Amino acid sequence: MSGMPLRAVDFPAVFPGPAPVHCGTHPDAASDLRLLAAVQHGLPLVPRPYAELGRQVGLSEAEVIERLERWLATGIVKRLGVVVRHRKLGYRANAMVVFDVPDALVGAVGARLAAFACVTLCYRRPRRGEAWPYNLFCMIHGRDRATVEAQVEALTLACGLEAMPRAVLFSRRCFKQRGAVYR
Amino acid sequence: MSLTPLQKRLLNDFQRGFPLSPRPFQALAETLGVDEAEVLENLRVLSDSQMVSRVGPVFAPQRVGASTLAALAVPAERLEAVAAWISDLPEVNHNYEREHRYNLWFVLTAADPERLDAALARIERHTGLAVLSLPLLEDFHIDLGFPLDFGSGPT
Repeated sequence: MSGMPLRAVDFPAVFPGPAPVHCGTHPDAASDLRLLAAVQHGLPLVPRPYAELGRQVGLSEAEVIERLERWLATGIVKRLGVVVRHRKLGYRANAMVVFDVPDALVGAVGARLAAFACVTLCYRRPRRGEAWPYNLFCMIHGRDRATVEAQVEALTLACGLEAMPRAVLFSRRCFKQRGAVYR
Repeated sequence: MSLTPLQKRLLNDFQRGFPLSPRPFQALAETLGVDEAEVLENLRVLSDSQMVSRVGPVFAPQRVGASTLAALAVPAERLEAVAAWISDLPEVNHNYEREHRYNLWFVLTAADPERLDAALARIERHTGLAVLSLPLLEDFHIDLGFPLDFGSGPT
């Protein structure tokens, strides 16, 4: 659940859980924000990247490593590693598949969808009346459209979603893709 | 650009669990049986050619700052202009045309909800179109990377 909205300006940059932690006086808040800003575009490609990041934000190499370990342990960072651009690597068929699933079932269905290797992201989001009746979203990337369409059919059957309203939104053009910038 | 075996392994094998040790690229080099400079040089090449977005963290949505997935139903003749304007907003990190009445989809991220709302309002004012804003409610997937299949296809 998203819980209360979080404010990077009022709170430490990172949180141990979904609820905001009220501690503007948190000793690490300012340096957390600086490290977040420095690391969000990636590690510098130098032999000692954590030392270089630390130099930029006023932390030691060991402190940078310790913060990243903590962010990973608490789930604020989902993974640390090579982030590829799938389009450039030949995965050009990209579909956002959306379903309207009864609220009582959405948790179970979402967990089941997320377990498929071809599903790269899976989220619950709000419906918006008749304009947007769908509440469950997943993303499928494949090398070609036919493969992705077959995967959508297989997922739909495997999760018992044949009778639920759904839409498959293939991407046409990518106008912009980069990591998030928090400011 | 055709990929070398080393480049394929760099792309696929280190999407998670990147070493948190002082010489992480040296650790990769040992796994790969090459030297550290070669790892760094190849990662630079892959970054320069836009195959690697970055070597770094993927942050969980909604744990830092505020974000939403937003969409617009843009008349076809205005799509390029609106898309270009949206892409220029500092809050936007992804922006795609999709096959639907809602044909422009983008992710907005800001330091706090007020700035996010201000950006949404600015988009509505500028475009004269109603924004569909769909903030994350629940995340069912832990992003462990993108398994690459180099066995087939044009790569």
